[in-house]
Amino acid sequence: MAMTAFKRIIKAGFLNFRRNGSISWAAVLQVVNTLAIITIIILLQAVLQSALNQIKDKVDVRIYFTPDAPEENIMLLKSSLEQLPEVAGVIYTNAEEALRAFRERHSGDYPTIQALDELSLNPIYANLSVRANEVEQYENVANFMKSDGPRVLGSPSYIDKVNYYQNKLIIDRLNAIISGAQKFGFLLTLYFVISSVIVTFNMIRLTIFISKEEIGVMRLVGASKMHVRGPFMIEGAIYGVIATLITLFLFLPATVWLGSNMTGFLGINMYDYYVANILQISAILMLSGVVLGIISSFLAVRKYLNK
Amino acid sequence: MIYFNNVSKIYKDATALEDVTFTVESGEFVSIVGHSGAGKTTLTKLILSEELPSDGTVFFESVNVHKLRPEELTRLRRRIGMVFQDFKLLPHKTAYENIAFAMEAVGKSDEEIASDVPHVLELVDLSHRHSHFPQELSGGEQQRLAIARAIINQPELIIADEPTGNLDPVNTYEIVQILKRINDLGTTVILTTHNRGVIESVGKRVITMEKGKIVRDTKHHGKEV
Repeated sequence: MAMTAFKRIIKAGFLNFRRNGSISWAAVLQVVNTLAIITIIILLQAVLQSALNQIKDKVDVRIYFTPDAPEENIMLLKSSLEQLPEVAGVIYTNAEEALRAFRERHSGDYPTIQALDELSLNPIYANLSVRANEVEQYENVANFMKSDGPRVLGSPSYIDKVNYYQNKLIIDRLNAIISGAQKFGFLLTLYFVISSVIVTFNMIRLTIFISKEEIGVMRLVGASKMHVRGPFMIEGAIYGVIATLITLFLFLPATVWLGSNMTGFLGINMYDYYVANILQISAILMLSGVVLGIISSFLAVRKYLNK
Repeated sequence: MIYFNNVSKIYKDATALEDVTFTVESGEFVSIVGHSGAGKTTLTKLILSEELPSDGTVFFESVNVHKLRPEELTRLRRRIGMVFQDFKLLPHKTAYENIAFAMEAVGKSDEEIASDVPHVLELVDLSHRHSHFPQELSGGEQQRLAIARAIINQPELIIADEPTGNLDPVNTYEIVQILKRINDLGTTVILTTHNRGVIESVGKRVITMEKGKIVRDTKHHGKEV
C-alpha cells in the first residue's frame, strides 16, 4: 500500500515536471544559478588555497651553524626536529652545497662572486631549513630551538643564528593575511549561498503559487497532505538533479578554457582540478540542489495545505 | 445526516449566515435557492469545514465537523463528493487522471482504478474524451467530469454548489438529470442554485435563503417542512 502510494507520488512528480513546461525549466535555471555560484566558490577556494600554499612554501625557518659544529650533531638535531608534530620536513645543506647554491643564485652578480673568490674560507655556513605544517607553527619550532636545540646539539655556540626572529614580522603578517583571506572567503561564500538560496526558494514558491488552487482542490477531494505534497517535493528533487547535470556540463568548457589560458595567473590548472575533484563536486552540487529543491517545495506547499 | 444548529457566519464587515437551523435526512435531494450573496456557498463550505462558523454547530451524522483533527477531516471529505460552479478540476491532469486522483486519494488499488474509471466516464458520456485536459473540454463536459469525480468513490453525500451556473439550458438539464439519477440510487444530494428553473426540474425539497437567513423550507408544491 505504502509502496503503491510512493510509486504514484514519484510518477506524479515526473508528470507534473513535464506538464509544467517552461515553469519547470525556469525553476531549474534558477537552481543552476545557485549551483553555479557554489561551483565558482569551490573553484575560487582552490585558487586561494593554492596561492596560500605557494606563499607558505616560500616561508621556512633556517638554522645556521658555525663551521665547528660537528655534522653528526647537526643530524641529531635534524632528527629531533623531524619528530616534532608541527614539522613537515627538514632539509640539511652542508657548507659546500650552500656555497654552490649561493654562487648559482648570484652567478650574474660579478662583484659578489669576485669577493667570494678572494676569501680563502667558505663564508657560507651549513644550515637546516625547517618547514612547518602551518605558518603559525614556526614560533613553536623557534621555541624548540631556543629551549632544546643547544642540548641536542651539544653546545649553544654551534648555532650561528636562527632566522625566525628576522622573519617573524613577515611570518606574522602572512599569518594575518591567510586568516583574513579565509574569514573573508567564508563570509563571501555565506553571503552568496544564502542570497542565492533565498532567490531559488522564492522561485520555487512562485511555481507552487500557480498551483495553489490545485492544492485546495486536491485537499477537497480528500487527498492526504503527503499525497498532495509528495509530487511537489519530487518535482523539487528533479529540479536539483537536472540543475546539477547542467551545471557540471557548463563548467566543463569553462574550466577547459581557464586551464589553457589562465593557469599561470590562477596558479593551478582549473581543468585538472575540476576533473580530479569531479566526484566530490558532483556530490556537493547534487546534495545542495536536491535538498534545496525538496525543502523549498515542502515549505511552499505547506502554506497552502493548511487552508 | 446533516444538522445545522443556530449557525452564524460573520466576516469582517458582512454577515454571510445568520442563525441558520435545518436538517437534511439521508437519501434526500435538497435544493438551496437564493440570490448571489444569500449565503448558499458559505453553507456548503461550513459542511466541508472549509470555513469555521462564528456561532453554532454543524454536524455530519453525529460528528461536529469543526472539531475534527486534520486527518479526520480528510476522511470526512472522502465521504462527500463536491461539484462546483467553476468545476475545480485539476488542470494538469487528463479527464481520466482527474477521476483516478480522487480514487488514489482514498487509497484504491491500480486494478480498481483501471476498472472503475472507464465505467464512470461512460456513465457521464465522456469515454471518448478520457485523455483530454479540462481546458480542452466544453463547460458541460467539464461539469460532467466533475460529477464523475464526485461520485467515483460512492460518497454518502453530494454537494453541488451552483453546478449549472456556467452552463447553457441543454447542459443544465443534463446535469440536473444526472444528479437526480445519483439521488435515485440512494446518495443524498444538496444542490445550491439561483436558478428557479433548475428547482422546478428537480421537483424536490427547496430551502430558500435571503441575506444569510432561511426564509422558506418547503417540499415541492409549496408544502412547508
